[in-house]
Amino acid sequence: MPETPLSTLQGWGRHSAQGRERLGEDLERISREVHLSRGLGRSYGDASLPPDDQPDVLNTRFADRLLRFDAETALLRAESGLALSELNRLFMHRGYFTPVSPGTKFVTLGGMVAADVHGKNQHRDGNFGDHVTSLKMRVADGRVLECSPEQHPDLFRATIGGMGLTGHILEVEFGLHRIPSQWIWQESRRIHDIDEFQDALEEVAPDWPYTMGWIDCLARGKTMGRGVLMTGRWADALEAPSRPPKQGFRPSLRFDWPAWVLNRLTIRLFNELYYRKQWRQRSSGVVNHESFYYPLDAIGSWNRMYGRRGFTQYQCVLPREAGRGSARRVLEVLTARGGASFLCVIKDFGREGRGVLSFPRPGITLALDIAIRDETQALVDALNEQVLQEGGRIYLAKDSFTRREHFEAMERPRLDEFTAIRDRWDPNRRFRSAQSVRLLGD
Amino acid sequence: MKVAILGATKGMGRALARMAAERGDEICILGRNSVDLERSVADLGVRGAGDSVGSVACDLEKPEMFGPAIDAARETLGGLDAIVVTAAIFASQEELEADSDLAERLLRIDFSNTVLFCEAAKRALLEEGGGTLCVFSSVAGERGRKPVIIYGAAKAGLTHYLEGLDHKHRVDGLRVVTVKPGFVKTSMTAGLEPPPFAGEPDAVARRVLGAIDRGAPVVYAPAPWRLIMAVIRALPRAMMRRLNF
Repeated sequence: MPETPLSTLQGWGRHSAQGRERLGEDLERISREVHLSRGLGRSYGDASLPPDDQPDVLNTRFADRLLRFDAETALLRAESGLALSELNRLFMHRGYFTPVSPGTKFVTLGGMVAADVHGKNQHRDGNFGDHVTSLKMRVADGRVLECSPEQHPDLFRATIGGMGLTGHILEVEFGLHRIPSQWIWQESRRIHDIDEFQDALEEVAPDWPYTMGWIDCLARGKTMGRGVLMTGRWADALEAPSRPPKQGFRPSLRFDWPAWVLNRLTIRLFNELYYRKQWRQRSSGVVNHESFYYPLDAIGSWNRMYGRRGFTQYQCVLPREAGRGSARRVLEVLTARGGASFLCVIKDFGREGRGVLSFPRPGITLALDIAIRDETQALVDALNEQVLQEGGRIYLAKDSFTRREHFEAMERPRLDEFTAIRDRWDPNRRFRSAQSVRLLGD
Repeated sequence: MKVAILGATKGMGRALARMAAERGDEICILGRNSVDLERSVADLGVRGAGDSVGSVACDLEKPEMFGPAIDAARETLGGLDAIVVTAAIFASQEELEADSDLAERLLRIDFSNTVLFCEAAKRALLEEGGGTLCVFSSVAGERGRKPVIIYGAAKAGLTHYLEGLDHKHRVDGLRVVTVKPGFVKTSMTAGLEPPPFAGEPDAVARRVLGAIDRGAPVVYAPAPWRLIMAVIRALPRAMMRRLNF
């Protein structure tokens, strides 16, 4: 059979590499010759992109069968290419929801495990990996095996948050949560600066299962870090409208916006409007879960807004020990360098993940969307140096700019354990990605 | 509706079976790999069909299995309202020219064996007093074209056969639905550059299920391909020779 020519594969931030996707329903068959999996390509950076010398990558999205569901225990087993959007469509009206949801529903189960994704309930329910009971994998020596906290626990822990570097995830088994309706009771309130934000998130954490904040990143000085804090819980049967939420029209960006569209002025205008929209000190009401969880999914291909060069999302966590003011110090690095982030999100984390390299730890996380310019590398370097000083770390699912020495300094003890487990399961480093070449020197 | 589907574990057949399962149809899936069938039965069950999904072994390369398999499906479902065939193989013109065994196999599976399966399906449905036979052909069978000469010929033959069947048996209550998919993004077309108007399996499944309900004799999916093929059928030969489409 003639070799299909290489094509351009992209992460969500438009970071690209030359590669060849192998698609098919039968993962067990096609996973034999390939040594990296990707799903819907929603990781922002180069985590799902193949290294230059190994261009083939398995795409799991046609392997999306549900294999078992127990309505009593709410335990579900499915092939790893199943999309969260499909899971939601099938299970929400029956009263079940994923235990942890990231900010987009266009992700696969395999990707959710590999990135050990977190959501608005991290402070209460942890990461997705905390709810996984078992994984079926194809590992480097060709074996297909089951791993769990009891079976091959080292492989299990390294795979959760392991960015696909321990083997192909073929099947995922995890527990769903029960929900009383498909609607969210949401309360939002205005926050006047970044320190107030850090306090407010901690204050609401015990009372609200879902919390997060939006920050106006252009506000400086006294108002630096002003924004809107959003809290939510599932609306009960009495509060919720009796009809299910409507699936509205979903517009899509058909072309790349020119780079100048998002400039300081337009971003300032957007931020000002968004902040003023929350003109009351507090407001509350019942909203569709889609607009609460996935506001950006309402627009298809929204990443085209950043033009052809794309964008990067810088997400870091600052440990609780770094104290009040840590988020302010990171934002100061951003504003001092004139970095303008169109979207900036803040959230508190309650606990460490179960994966060897899981991103969250108790503290505060900041996520900044930054359009790529010539100075982006220097900006990310400066941010990383500040995060190092705070004792924090970065999220691999978003990263495409971090330097190896910064990453190693952030992850020293954990990285040694991860490397030791890889040495056991994949001594020849068959499983590699563009990201692992950059950050782990594979 | 009680429906038997050959090819329900993959691509458009999978999408169609899922949609039918979610709306409450009773389904029996036919295929050659028992492990694969079992996984699809589980999938359809969790999606809403519960325990009502059955499966029967049937290989499009083994005509002796056709009659017994259809009878087994009929027994599993306790009757039969529709039989759907989505199974087929695809290979590029270059691959088929380079490998005559592959060309022979494709012509056999996509044409002669599919016709033989339809003959068995026809007999079973006529015994039931009528029903719907829905078969996936292709827009590739509409006109001789450079990139799909051999595959297109198999599909052209199949389309002709299905039309004849429809003319002869509509009076007996047997409705034949010929589906002509354009480019649809499935594992079969993975690796090919999708043209404009390439469709998703779900959209095709929705249209096909509607056509089965109505008994529409011909359905193009996605919809724009009806127009595209009307233009291509009208092009003069001199122009077709110059085009690489």
